[in-house]
Amino acid sequence: MATTLNRAPAEPVTRQRRNAPFPVELYRSAVGKKYVMALTGIALMGFVLAHMVGNLKMFLGPAAFNEYGEFLRELLVPILPHHVVLWIMRIGLIVAFALHIHAAYALTRMNHAARRTKYQSRRDYVAANYASRTMRWSGVIVGLFLIWHLFDLSWTGTGAAFYRGDPYTNVANSLSRIPVAIFYVVANIALGFHLFHGSWSLFQSMGWNNPRFNRWRRDFAIGFAALVVVGNVAFPIAVLAGVVSAD
Amino acid sequence: MAVTDPERQAPSLVTGEKHHGRTMHLTLRVWRQAGPDSEGRFADYDVPGISEDMSFLEMLDVVNERLASDGEEPITFDHDCREGICGTCSLMINGRAHGPERGTATCQLHMRKFGDGDTIVVEPWRAEGFPIIRDLMVDRSTLDRIVEAGGFITVSPGSAPDANLVPVPKVVADASMDAAACIQCGACVAACPNSAANLFTAAKVAHLNLLPQGEPQRYQRVESMVDTMEQFFGSCTNHGECEEACPKEISIDFIATMNKDYLRAKIKNRRYLSRNP
Ligand code: SF4
Ligand code: FES
Repeated sequence: MATTLNRAPAEPVTRQRRNAPFPVELYRSAVGKKYVMALTGIALMGFVLAHMVGNLKMFLGPAAFNEYGEFLRELLVPILPHHVVLWIMRIGLIVAFALHIHAAYALTRMNHAARRTKYQSRRDYVAANYASRTMRWSGVIVGLFLIWHLFDLSWTGTGAAFYRGDPYTNVANSLSRIPVAIFYVVANIALGFHLFHGSWSLFQSMGWNNPRFNRWRRDFAIGFAALVVVGNVAFPIAVLAGVVSAD
Repeated sequence: MAVTDPERQAPSLVTGEKHHGRTMHLTLRVWRQAGPDSEGRFADYDVPGISEDMSFLEMLDVVNERLASDGEEPITFDHDCREGICGTCSLMINGRAHGPERGTATCQLHMRKFGDGDTIVVEPWRAEGFPIIRDLMVDRSTLDRIVEAGGFITVSPGSAPDANLVPVPKVVADASMDAAACIQCGACVAACPNSAANLFTAAKVAHLNLLPQGEPQRYQRVESMVDTMEQFFGSCTNHGECEEACPKEISIDFIATMNKDYLRAKIKNRRYLSRNP
């Protein structure tokens, strides 16, 4: 069986590079990228939760909701000039998104390179669940939705009557269109799946593993994902039910 | 092949009766591939008369004997100890690494775990780090590269030290032994949707890093083992599939510990210091 022994050994699928300072060196590694994914994920989780909680003001009526929007612009004024805190938060979010997406992209490439020939028979997964195996798709859906959402309610509007500085009316106008409301619900369910795996996974990536709290990690992920989804899905439903309306 | 013939079995010492195990009639769908670069394909074999007391590998032995006597090429598969301690056996059985039974290597899997009339699909481990040699046999020497990178302690090999010279707390010794149970079979890689070897590497890192003997090289070890691993395998996205496939039921807790140590190692960055005097 000489032919079988003349085989080439496995080739590295990733090459090692020159040494670099700590943050660069860390980010080059897959384990480091997972730290970045976890940290930016935590930042984005904080945002998504605050966004949902803040928007609950919708149920207190137009004045309260619009006032809340104004309040965000005036955060820490007069210690800092107008809009400064808002912009710091925005830039932070943009950076977090960019790093989260770049790390995800690089790791996906790496993982595809690590198994070019797939299993030819059907896999029978035991632990890997729907959420964990569709992270990149739920992520892409949420990302595309986010762009649309920004056009819809921050930048230009998407067809429904749009008034700058009157978010309450804009929300009511946009979400009273049934296909738009459905899109919001679908995107939030994708977000829920993403959060369900992500907010468990981050503990492992961060090395936060302790018998004292390990059994709470899954519960936390379920609770967090459910909280955000239920809160967010309440908005389109409230608009369609007429609880929140433009007039 | 005494096991195939119930009539030739020794009678029970207690009852004096011969144990007539159920026999099964199976269809085996096996990946056949003549060499590393050949095209592979599934081949179906009709396999009657398999005792439920056989191990999975004994069943393959029977199939191979029949193939050989029919003048066909036997199925190549890896095996050695056949008692779950060497990590040589592999096989993706019905879509699961080491088959359906938890905490069991292929060699310890019994045919009674399958039903009469079943079709059993057998595939080799698939990962770029594990090139196929032939049929079901893959080259797992990439795992040796990871061990070579740091899976050792550097000591002066004088005369044997006194036992218990270095005290190790019981819980630490236990945790280290849990990690050291890894038999380097590669099922974690095979089962992982990303072909990541993090469970294997974490086990090899932890069993030394937990102990005082491993402490001096703790950070070099984790850094070079992880960096070597990442040259060949995918990245961990915390599916947890490895833990389910592992015949030694090694916990993914070790992966979290490895991540923590790796971060500390990168902060210390001793490699950087040593290359930039
Ligand atoms: S960690 Fe488990 S599955 Fe992975 S090589 Fe070791 S024994 Fe096999
Ligand atoms: S043959 Fe040794 S572990 Fe299975």
